[in-house]
Amino acid sequence: MKTKLVQSLGLFVIGLLLTGCGHVSPWQRGTLADPTMRADRDLIGLAIHEHVFFSREAATGGRGVGGGGCGCN
Amino acid sequence: MAGNRHEDFMPTPLPKNSFILVVALMLGIAAHAATGLKVGDSFPDLAGFELEGKLPESVKGKVLLIDFWASWCGPCRESFPALEDLHRRLSAKGVVVIGVSVDEVRGEMERFLKKNPVTFAILRDAKQRLVARAGVPTMPTSILVDRTGRVRFIHAGYQGKETKLQLERELTTLLEPTP
Repeated sequence: MKTKLVQSLGLFVIGLLLTGCGHVSPWQRGTLADPTMRADRDLIGLAIHEHVFFSREAATGGRGVGGGGCGCN
Repeated sequence: MAGNRHEDFMPTPLPKNSFILVVALMLGIAAHAATGLKVGDSFPDLAGFELEGKLPESVKGKVLLIDFWASWCGPCRESFPALEDLHRRLSAKGVVVIGVSVDEVRGEMERFLKKNPVTFAILRDAKQRLVARAGVPTMPTSILVDRTGRVRFIHAGYQGKETKLQLERELTTLLEPTP
């Protein structure tokens, strides 16, 4: 009975500590708002990467762009 | 084939005490909920927060518009012309507009102000102590304080002309003499 209580208490404390990992206040979001945090920050690089990816996978048009998978457009 | 029964594919039930973990997680999240200033609270003395910049000389008995902003925040940039306009038109009537930057790097704030020059008072909350005390829900947030030092309105975010009109209406209400 005592072991169970200790286990439950331990679990409770771990749970409380885990929640401390993810909170960022609105005024602390300067780093998150930086343009370098964007996945599409390098538009030319992204376009080249997509072209290579679709050509290799023969999936041109897979994201709504017209094409037959030849990789030529 | 043995071990291929329906029961074998059923998910394992969660341990009985897993609900304790869930409750703890929820409590932890709730502990982070807003604990900042609310309407009706008295606004803390600005002098007690080691703010960078020159505090306006006479704020006692004035209606204050305290705007929390940052150089990295797009809506803050949009709100600046509106705040400047309110400052120009209402300062003679007793409104003091104070912009509190929460930028951690002073250079970033200065670059922003070079591009968006204003004539109202700008302070920098470098240690982010005032903003933490205010517990603003988003950036920007404008807090309107009446002549007695009480928080009367809190505006989270900036929604263009609509917010500007609302701020003006509320400031005008606060300027009216109390019966």
